[in-house]
Amino acid sequence: MDLLNAVVALLNFVIVPAVAYGSQLALGALGVTLIYGILRFSNFAHGDTMAFGAMATILATWGLQAGGVSLGPLPTALLALPVGIAATALLVLATDKLVYKFYRAQKAKPVILVIVSMGVMFVMNGLVRFIIGVDDQQFADGARFVISARDFREMTGLDEGLAIRTATVITVVVAGICVAALFWFLNHTRTGKSMRAFSDNEDLALLSGINPERVVAITWIIVAALATIAGVLYGLDKGFKPFTYFQLLLPIFAAAIVGGLGSPLGAIAGGFLIAFSEVTITYAFKKVATYVLPEALEPQGLVQLLSTDYKFAVSFAILVVVLLFRPTGLFQGKAV
Amino acid sequence: MKKFLLATAATALTTGAALAGSHSEPVKIGVILGFSGPLESLAGPIGDAADVAVAEINAAGGILEGRSVEVVRGDGTCADAAAGTAAAERLVTSDGIVGMVGAMCSGTTGAILQAVSIPNGIVQISPSATSPGLSTVEDNGLFFRLAPSDARQGQLMAEIISGKGISSVALTYTNNDYGKGLADSFQAAFEEAGGSVTINAAHDEGKGDYSAEVGALASAGGEVLVVAGYSDGGGAGIIQAALDSGAFDTFVLPDGMVSTALTDRFGSDIDGSFGQLPAAAGDGASSLEALLNDAGVDGASVYAREGYDSAAVLLLAMQAAGSTDGAAVAAAVLDVANAPGEPIGPGELAKALEILAAGGDIDYVGGSDVELIGPGESGGSYREIEISGGEITTVTFH
Repeated sequence: MDLLNAVVALLNFVIVPAVAYGSQLALGALGVTLIYGILRFSNFAHGDTMAFGAMATILATWGLQAGGVSLGPLPTALLALPVGIAATALLVLATDKLVYKFYRAQKAKPVILVIVSMGVMFVMNGLVRFIIGVDDQQFADGARFVISARDFREMTGLDEGLAIRTATVITVVVAGICVAALFWFLNHTRTGKSMRAFSDNEDLALLSGINPERVVAITWIIVAALATIAGVLYGLDKGFKPFTYFQLLLPIFAAAIVGGLGSPLGAIAGGFLIAFSEVTITYAFKKVATYVLPEALEPQGLVQLLSTDYKFAVSFAILVVVLLFRPTGLFQGKAV
Repeated sequence: MKKFLLATAATALTTGAALAGSHSEPVKIGVILGFSGPLESLAGPIGDAADVAVAEINAAGGILEGRSVEVVRGDGTCADAAAGTAAAERLVTSDGIVGMVGAMCSGTTGAILQAVSIPNGIVQISPSATSPGLSTVEDNGLFFRLAPSDARQGQLMAEIISGKGISSVALTYTNNDYGKGLADSFQAAFEEAGGSVTINAAHDEGKGDYSAEVGALASAGGEVLVVAGYSDGGGAGIIQAALDSGAFDTFVLPDGMVSTALTDRFGSDIDGSFGQLPAAAGDGASSLEALLNDAGVDGASVYAREGYDSAAVLLLAMQAAGSTDGAAVAAAVLDVANAPGEPIGPGELAKALEILAAGGDIDYVGGSDVELIGPGESGGSYREIEISGGEITTVTFH
C-alpha cells in the first residue's frame, strides 16, 4: 500500500506534470529546430510566435463561445485552432517577406539573422500585448478533470490522489499526433523530402530544381502551426499570459540544442529531458521517501536537490554541459 | 547691590516675558509626509486629515491653557530618505516644531527618527510605516506608529491558525520584502506557539507554471497552505496548481490575497479557506470617515484616519503631559492612547481636552481603534475572514 502511495505521489507531482510540460517543450523545440535546419538561424521570436498564435486562437475561441459553440467536455479552443494557425501563418509569412527575405538574398551570416529575429521578437511581443493586453487570460472550458485527486482517492482508497486534467491529456495526445504527422510529412511526401534535401545541402537542392521560396514558405507555415499548437496547449494547461511565453524561450532552446539542432527527433527527446530534469531536480522527495523507506530511515529534511527558485538554472546547466561535451547534441544535429 | 537688583529684575523680566510668550505663542507641530514621490496620492488625504484634527483642537481653545496649534508641513518624499531628513531638520531648527506626525514610508521614517527626532528629543508618530524593523529600532521611547507592523499580521495569522487546532502548515511567499517579512514573522510566531512550518518556499511572480513549487509544498506536507502572495499574481497561480493536483484544498490568505479577484476565479473551490486583513472595526471608523468627508477630505483613503488620529494623539499627549517637552510627551502618549480612561471617539477632542485639563484620564480610540502595544505601535485591527459559498465573509474583528 505504501509503495502504491509512493508511486501515485510521484505520478501526480512529477511524472504527469513533466510529461505535459515535456510535450509542450517538444512542440516548441520542433519549430525552433525546423527553422534552424532549413533557414539556418536560431529564431528568437519563436516564443512570441507561440504567444501570437495562442492569442489569435483565444480571440477566435471567445467568438465561438459567444456564438454558443462548444465541444462538450473538450475545450472550444481546439475548434478555434485552425483560425489561430492561419493568422499566425500569415504573420510569419509577412515577416519573412518584409524582413528575413532581405537578409537571405544578401546571404547574411546566421548571427545577423539571430539579431534580426530578436528585433522581430520585440515587435511581436509588443503586438500581442497591444492586442490582448498583459493580463492573464483564462480560455479553457469544458471538463477540467478526467479524474480529480479527490475522486481518485475515493475510488482507490489510497491516501494519495492522482489528478489528471483534460488539458494534460489533450496536450499529450495532440503533441503525439503533431509529431507523427510531421515525421510522415518529412519522410513520405515530395515536399517533405525536398525540405530535407534543402536542409542537407542547399546548393545541391537548388541544382536539382527545388524551388527555395516554396520550401521556405512551407517551413514557415509548418512552424506557425507548431508554434500555435504549442502556445495554445501551454495556455490551456497553465493559463495565457504574454510574458510567460517569452520566458519559455530558454527551455525551448535548451531542448532543441540538447537534442541536436536541426534534428526533429532530438527536439522531442530534448523537450522531455529538460522537462523531467526541471521537475525532478526541484521536487522534494520527502513524501515519496517517507512511504518507501522504513520508519527508522525516514528523512527529516525535504530531500530536495535544488529549491524551486532555481528551476530555470537547470535548463542552463544542462545546456552548458551538453555544449561542452557534445556540441552536436544527443542526436547528432548541427554543431552550434 | 544695585547691579544685583538690576540683574534680578532683568531675569525676572525676561522669565516673565518668556512665560508670557510661551502662553501666547502657537504650538508648532510638523506633518512630514511623502507629498511628492511614489505615494503622493495617499499623502494629501493623510495630511488634510491631520489638519482637521488640529482645527478641531483649535476650535476647542487649543492645548496647554489656550495655546493654539499650528501645522508646518514638510515633504518626506518616501523614496529619498536624505531629502526627508533635510525637510525634518528644517522644521525643527527654523520652524521650531515640538512634535512630528510622520513620515509615511518606513525607510524615511527610520531615517528621520535617527537623524532628527532622537537628537532633538522630539516625539514622532507615524500614521503609516509598517516595516517590522521599526519595532526593534532604538528610539529612546520617542517613536510611535498607528499602523500595525507587518510582524503583527504574521503573529495574528499564527494565532488564528492555532485557534483552529491546526498544528502543521506549508508556507509559500511572493519573493519580495512584503512576502518575506510576513512569512518570516508568521513562521517565528507559529513555531513559538508550538506549530510546525514544514516548508518556507518563495514563489516568483509572473510565471506560467507553478506545479514544481506546489510539488515541493505538497511533498513537505501540512494541513493547510499559507499563501503570502498576491491575489492577481503568483498567489493565485499557486492556489490553482494546488487545487489541480489535489495537494491542498484549504488555504490561509493574508491581506495581499483577500480580494474578489480570488473568489471570482476560484468560487466555492476554496471554501473553508480563511485569512485576515487590516481593517478597523466599529463605529469609530465610519464616524471618522463621515467627519472627514464633511470637511472635504477623502476619509476612505488609506491611512487618512490614522493621519487624524496621529495628530490627535500627539496633541492630547502634550495636554496630558502639561508641556511640549519631548520626553514628557512621549511618556504621556501611552496613557492617552490606551485604557483605562474615558473612551474618546473622533470629533470628541474638545471633551478629551476638558477631561485632561481637569486631571482625568482618557483612552483615545479615534477612527482607527487606537491601542498601542509593545514598543508603541498599533496592535492593529484586523478583520478575520472566511471563504464560504464562494464569497468572502467576515468572521470577527481582532
